[in-house]
Amino acid sequence: MNEWLSASPLLVVSLAAVVALLVDALNPHSERVTYRFSLMALAIALIAAIATIPFRGVAFSSMLRTGGAPAVLDCVFAIGGILTILAARPYIAARNFEHDEFYTLVLYSTSGMMLIAHAQHLLILFIGIEVMSLSFYVLAGYFRQTISSVESALKYFLLGAFATGFFVFGIALVYSATGSLDFGGISNAITSQSLVLPSLLPIGIALIIVGLGFKVAVFPFHQWAPDVYDGAPTVVTGFMSTAGKAAALGAFIPLVLDIVPFKEQSIQTVLALSAAGTIIIGNVAAVVQRRIKRMLAYSSVAHAGYMLIGLAAANHRGLSAVIFYAAAYLFMQIGAFVVLAILERDVERSVELDDCAGLATQHPALAAAMALFMFSLAGIPPMAGFFGKYYLFTAAIEAGYTWLAIIGVLGSMVSVYYYIGVVVQMYFKEATAAPPTVDPTSVKRFPLVVSAVAVIVLGIVPSVLESLLSSFWK
Amino acid sequence: MNLHAVPFEWYLILAAVLFTIGAVGVVTRRNAIVVFMAIEMMLNSVNLVFISAAQFLGDINGQLFVLFVMAVAAGEAAIGLAIVLALFRNKRTVYVDEVNVLKW
Repeated sequence: MNEWLSASPLLVVSLAAVVALLVDALNPHSERVTYRFSLMALAIALIAAIATIPFRGVAFSSMLRTGGAPAVLDCVFAIGGILTILAARPYIAARNFEHDEFYTLVLYSTSGMMLIAHAQHLLILFIGIEVMSLSFYVLAGYFRQTISSVESALKYFLLGAFATGFFVFGIALVYSATGSLDFGGISNAITSQSLVLPSLLPIGIALIIVGLGFKVAVFPFHQWAPDVYDGAPTVVTGFMSTAGKAAALGAFIPLVLDIVPFKEQSIQTVLALSAAGTIIIGNVAAVVQRRIKRMLAYSSVAHAGYMLIGLAAANHRGLSAVIFYAAAYLFMQIGAFVVLAILERDVERSVELDDCAGLATQHPALAAAMALFMFSLAGIPPMAGFFGKYYLFTAAIEAGYTWLAIIGVLGSMVSVYYYIGVVVQMYFKEATAAPPTVDPTSVKRFPLVVSAVAVIVLGIVPSVLESLLSSFWK
Repeated sequence: MNLHAVPFEWYLILAAVLFTIGAVGVVTRRNAIVVFMAIEMMLNSVNLVFISAAQFLGDINGQLFVLFVMAVAAGEAAIGLAIVLALFRNKRTVYVDEVNVLKW
């Protein structure tokens, strides 16, 4: 297949992001042209991504991988972008802060994620991570007159840029050690023992893992995540904690595939220990939260830990389970954040657990959707979250990490407590305060419906996606 | 001039020292702008490794990478200073330890 066509999802979104700025500049007074343009671009990219899944290969002087797993990840990012833009418009419009830059930034961050997924060269990986992160810094501080949003952006920026320093220093050391920047060349140099400076390689790989670990927010580099996710605008948090996390985890996949098999067990052990720590810290800290947004922020740390299990297992089943879980997690987490965005009354105060009391009687559809997402996040069958965890844990047992699977199961059991706590509040508690004023039509909002349907469909027929994913690594 | 007169290891040591100074600066300083300058120093030490490695390996890729790192650093500077400015407009401070709204 023509390389321009096979890389088309990435090219469409990148080009659209640049053009969106022009669209914005040329139509300063028109209503929501950028909004429609961004949605259209992401929809085209989604169709292109689905069409390119069977055409696996490399493009542009083997700088990019195309088709296969990167194309599936493209679909995940494009859907995430579409749901975020749709959910964001009423959210930011209700706060009188609708600017077209928001949609452009979502396009830019999506193009960065796609670059990460397609990267076959450390330069592309670096550019992708930076395009994504720089857009997220701005999106996190989007409510620039609200101190919590600006604080979230500042923390995210300082720690993210710090992590970038480690990441790119790691790249420089790997380059010095192997004399190569593309994954094929690095893997060749390692297997053929033709390293220029062998002593630099482990340090370089360790620094790359530290840098990527920061971006994914895995233990012990997770401290920034709750604050940033808590302070950022709710719809942005939904996007960052799902698609952004999936992209950063996707960056680990070539690392694990090309480097771990030749570096015995050491990297796998590090990833496994980090996964265990992430699961424990995320779940334990989420239990004591009163604000639902912060609870979901901590639980998002725990979910990164579950996905890290698949990378630690580093077998084919584990890698496809990571992508499956990323897709399932995208729908349930974005769905939950869309419900939160609907319930939120103003920018300064986020939704507390007590605010949900009696929601089931006042807004039954909204409460049912929230309950669905909570059950799925807790990993209760037959939702998508259950099968995601099932695939991850079986992959860990297959790779000999039974203890890691046990920690994962224990972590999920803890998580049931705080997820079901929300459901109990909604269904079995009387409303104490005035009910949150919710626009009755908002329940029918497209993103909620799509997320709910996807969570159920992925839970009922998970094998469709799973068998597609596992065919990529055979 | 022959750059091989200075061994590659010396460049690496210099870069490691610069990187460490930058990293320590990020951890110890409280002024957001100084923290940001320390991060820029880390990125510049990376550039030094790339340039000297490219010379040592006789490979152009390292030199190319430096251009991208500089472009990214410029982008980071623009966004970082904008965020610090937004912070100052809200709180009249640029010290990171005075910014602590988000807590449990």
